[in-house]
Amino acid sequence: MNGKNERELADLLRAAIAGDERSYALFLDRAAALVRAYVRRKISHGGVDPEDVVQEVLLAIHLKRHTWMPDAAVMPWVYAIARFKLIDAFRRRGRRVEIDLDEIAETYAQPESETVSDRDVGRALDTLAPGQRSVVAAISVEGRSIEETARKFGMNEAAVRVALHRGLAAIARRFGRD
Amino acid sequence: MKTDDLIRAMAADTDSRSMPMDTAWRLAGVLAFILAGAVFLVTLGPRPDALASLETARFVFKFVVTLALVASAFALVRALARPGGGAGPLLAWLAVPPLLLVGAVALELFAVPASEWMTRLVGVNSQVCLTFIPLIGAAPLAVFLLALRHGAPTRPRLSGAVAGLVAGGLAAAFYAAHCPDDSPLFVATWYSLAIAGLAAVGALAAPLVARW
Repeated sequence: MNGKNERELADLLRAAIAGDERSYALFLDRAAALVRAYVRRKISHGGVDPEDVVQEVLLAIHLKRHTWMPDAAVMPWVYAIARFKLIDAFRRRGRRVEIDLDEIAETYAQPESETVSDRDVGRALDTLAPGQRSVVAAISVEGRSIEETARKFGMNEAAVRVALHRGLAAIARRFGRD
Repeated sequence: MKTDDLIRAMAADTDSRSMPMDTAWRLAGVLAFILAGAVFLVTLGPRPDALASLETARFVFKFVVTLALVASAFALVRALARPGGGAGPLLAWLAVPPLLLVGAVALELFAVPASEWMTRLVGVNSQVCLTFIPLIGAAPLAVFLLALRHGAPTRPRLSGAVAGLVAGGLAAAFYAAHCPDDSPLFVATWYSLAIAGLAAVGALAAPLVARW
């Protein structure tokens, strides 16, 4: 069963790298399920939100998919990325906990301004340059196509593609620093 | 943002292409060779009897051991740049250059009387060696670190150290054509020290440069 899963995933990713968008969406969906199961197994108690790590791993898979060799196995590659990003998330969380302790005084002084906790990716999206942010949001959250997005903002499609790619790369970079 | 939204955005970005790792490493290798060669030719150049010396075993051995390091470390760093890249088995090949050195040093100790050992180890050129191997290897190291940055090393410190070994081996191979000290005793001491320096710089720099 594992062998079949592996073969199918490899076929999907190969098709994706050749430019097939549908295969890529299917691949990412199945990779997300694998990573989600893995991350949930590893995070036994609170502190790190598993879905944040899933999203971070997916971004890394996307931006580093050229590090997969078409003749190599996909799952070991996916799991190696997941493991690396999970450790990274734990490390960053540890740092953030210390900062939070220091900021307790401020928390007392100020009224709570935000009660809804957004995902890390959502927060990273908010830090993007306005142009990139609106393009990424239109395609991801609003579910528009490249063509629709181009029409909406009066841009050409190539510019939309560039803004989308740079936006995703910028979101991935944001994770490293906080 | 929901995960499904994120997947939609990434799927729409299918067309963005990055350079395949094989191409990136080939490019990095060629660039590193050219840069190291240029720095070597401008600053030192081969010694006058370099071609004639190719008939002596000690001179030839300097290239054997340094190029063995380049080959084994280059294969390893390429694997380290890929998640799940199967670097483990390649790690053993890194033992080949030190073993060659140990063998050569043993032969040298047999061939040369004990009173000569120290003279040969100290040589005449150790300061030049410690200066120019890092100098020739600096640009190659930078190039290899950029290649690692393009990749996705899950063990950045080790990857950087091995990148330093490739750069150091390459620099030492060029430097060997200049250096008048051919004794394995000299090579084992000073070349190793200079190359280890580049490996240390690589290990320190890679976690910063090749962050992903």
